[in-house]
Amino acid sequence: MTTLDKTASVPGQRGTRPKPGKDQRFADGGGVLNVFSHGFLAIWAVLIVLPLAWVVLGSFKTDAQINGSAWSWPAAFHFDAFSRAWSKGIGGFFLNTVIVLLGSVTLTMLLGSMAAYVLARYEFKGNRFIYYLFVAGAMFPVYLALVPLFFMVRNLGEISPYLGLNSYAGLILVYVAYSLPFTVFFMYSFFRTLPSAVHEAAMLDGCSHTRTFFQIMIPMAKPGLISVGIFNVLGQWNQYILPVTLMQPTTAGEADHSMLAQGLVNLALQSGYKSDAPALFAGMTIAMLPVLVVYLSFQRQVQAGLTSATLK
Amino acid sequence: MRHGKYPFIVGFLFLPIVLYVGLVLWPYAQTFGYSLTNWSGASQEMDFVGLDNYTRLLDDEVFAGALWHNLLLLILLPVVTILIALFFAFMLNVGGRGGTGGVQGVKGAGFYKVVFFFPQVLSIAILAVLWGAVYRTDGSGLANGVLIKLGLVSASDPVQWLSDPDLVLWCVLAVLVWSGVGFYLVLFSAAMQGIPKDIYEAALLDGAKRGQTFFKITLPLLWETVQTAWVYLAIVAMDAFALVASITPGAYFGGGPDHHSELISTYLMRSFLRNGEAGYACAMGVVIFFFTLILTVVSLWATKRDKIEY
Repeated sequence: MTTLDKTASVPGQRGTRPKPGKDQRFADGGGVLNVFSHGFLAIWAVLIVLPLAWVVLGSFKTDAQINGSAWSWPAAFHFDAFSRAWSKGIGGFFLNTVIVLLGSVTLTMLLGSMAAYVLARYEFKGNRFIYYLFVAGAMFPVYLALVPLFFMVRNLGEISPYLGLNSYAGLILVYVAYSLPFTVFFMYSFFRTLPSAVHEAAMLDGCSHTRTFFQIMIPMAKPGLISVGIFNVLGQWNQYILPVTLMQPTTAGEADHSMLAQGLVNLALQSGYKSDAPALFAGMTIAMLPVLVVYLSFQRQVQAGLTSATLK
Repeated sequence: MRHGKYPFIVGFLFLPIVLYVGLVLWPYAQTFGYSLTNWSGASQEMDFVGLDNYTRLLDDEVFAGALWHNLLLLILLPVVTILIALFFAFMLNVGGRGGTGGVQGVKGAGFYKVVFFFPQVLSIAILAVLWGAVYRTDGSGLANGVLIKLGLVSASDPVQWLSDPDLVLWCVLAVLVWSGVGFYLVLFSAAMQGIPKDIYEAALLDGAKRGQTFFKITLPLLWETVQTAWVYLAIVAMDAFALVASITPGAYFGGGPDHHSELISTYLMRSFLRNGEAGYACAMGVVIFFFTLILTVVSLWATKRDKIEY
């Protein structure tokens, strides 16, 4: 690396007269270490990208090619495998997931920010207790609760068939409940940072508590809502263990309400695709694509949201 | 300000709390109760059997094996993931060749961060299907394909990966590390950016090498974040259900070949959903609960250091 480069990277910080001796010292071992570290970074990047690219390419290959050498290159880029995957059930799973997510993410954000707002902005007896109750829930693995949860949801189904096992509404409620700890935790710290002067001014002008929340605090909390919203979309889109337990058809002939991730694994395991490997690869591509798009367009918020939640 | 405050608070908190307590906390609590019964899970009938389920667990060889595998993951997963993530985070944030006193990451740091993080947003189910394809036992799997191409493995005798009892747990560990490094890299990066640059600059002026700045400055100041990462990874290692259940061989939640990748979570689900031993499964759940709790407390206590203010 040249001296010119170095001074250019920090303009005007310490004058523009690099002393040769000093240069020597800063660069000690840097060359070797740099090649070494760049090598590792590049290898890891290849390790990440290669399997993903391989799967996407696989959806354009023929069955014989996939079962042959791993290094074959697709002969032609046809989208046949995608339409086959879609008609084999992936389309239905995709739709199920979208329906559930529309309900669950909206409800999670609404209920989560309501609870977080009250906990962050109002003093009352038991405030701390309720807050820690919510936060504690994030600590334990979900499957600890699976056995009783299964029967809980089955009992809900006896109250109303729309809430029971293998129902959209039942799964929505469960998703909301299991997303609340994180949502409350994050939105709580976000509402704490908003200035209280606006809130007070609204109250003085005779605005009700509820109206203050919906018309003043929610718009102000938009950046926080977006971060947590993205996190919940990704988390619930990728949820696996809850739908596996709750979304199994309880009687033969009942509609299959499988979520996308669950349906994909079932198809892979039940050899539904054994004779049609390209369709399985295409199904995986269909499942990855929305997540990839959401992640790449919001990657700053996703990274900031995920890390700030664990750092605080 | 006072008028209607309490009705408002109650109105806003009511639904979230009902949902949360009803669907999260109450099932957790019930797990403890059921673990003391011989409930099959199929009917509502059950008898109180005291600690029988727990004494049975003591003699259960499959459970002992599963516990051992969990313990292995519990030690190896955090160590490997944190070491790789710390190394990468250091390279991406302060490892670059800075200017006169400048401290910066290597070139392309932003690109690497985006790419490395990507597995984290993929569903564990997608990871499972993907790695199932990568670990295929013939030459058409990606892993064998690469090794054959490099001439390390002959095409007639490919590696058996997930079907090899000695390899299967390592394969699982590799997938977990592969998907986890990006998240902890970003976590450590965020923490590193909070460290004032002048500390590094002062050290560099005093003639410190890059390796020294890492061990003498970065690591001590990041210690709390490393602790957090450790706890999170320990929870992942105790779980690891979806991955093992779907990529390892074995009917009903994997764990094969011959229980060589059995984890408590897969054994628990099989006991509950297939063997009709819900009470027994709940007892395993309780064991994991205390296991997780004790490990969290112990690791927090063992790694405790004085907080450094800067």
